Amino acid sequence: MPILTDRKRAVGMGSAKSGTMHHWGMIVSSAMLISLVPLFIFTFGRILGAPYEEVVAYYSRPFPAIVAVLTILVSMVHFKNGVQAMIEDYVQGTARKVAIILSICLSYTIAGVGLFAIARIAL
Amino acid sequence: MADVNRGNRPLSPHISIYRPQWTSVTSILTRITGNALILASVLIVWWFLAASYSEDYFNTANGFLTSWFGDLIMFASLWAVWYHFLAGLRHLYWDSGRGFELDVAKKLAYGVVIGSLVLTVITAFIL
Repeated sequence: MPILTDRKRAVGMGSAKSGTMHHWGMIVSSAMLISLVPLFIFTFGRILGAPYEEVVAYYSRPFPAIVAVLTILVSMVHFKNGVQAMIEDYVQGTARKVAIILSICLSYTIAGVGLFAIARIAL
Repeated sequence: MADVNRGNRPLSPHISIYRPQWTSVTSILTRITGNALILASVLIVWWFLAASYSEDYFNTANGFLTSWFGDLIMFASLWAVWYHFLAGLRHLYWDSGRGFELDVAKKLAYGVVIGSLVLTVITAFIL
């Protein structure tokens, strides 16, 4: 026989009060990706398949390098928030927390490695 | 204790009992494409890392990305990114409070699917 009252069982189970900011973050990152994604597709797509020297020369130029840096950075922020929404929908309990932490670590790792690599090519 | 029987209560009808519709299928595809793009993201960042490291390492990564299997992943990801792009525009339009009428929502779903295929073919043709 449970001894908790209905009220006590419900307290703290409501909204986390961060959903609006989360949604706003998705809107902002997606707005930036509207221009970045086509720019990245057409810059990266053009050079993919070229030999090493050409790729290095291409990404030593400011425009392709800046587009790639911004696309990787903003898309990983967008991915971090998007995958969190998916995990919260499908995974419960401790597994949810672990999955969210791992996905955030993955997002920052990809962003960090990408920024480092492009900086090293460009500079 | 009004509700002692927890965890064994009837649930509302869920997606499994509904016939797939354009709106529901294009919705779940937005999530699938968005999350699946992580594969292309990892590969592309690996390609950049390899290019920053050495020619030998670049040839390894570039060899994989331009192999038939890499090509398949990149082509599928190209469609995925265009699909997610158009579906995202649809969401921004919905966020403005418009486009919820059934016929409009259905047309938006057609637009997202057809538009993504057209953009993929055009992009693949140009590049």
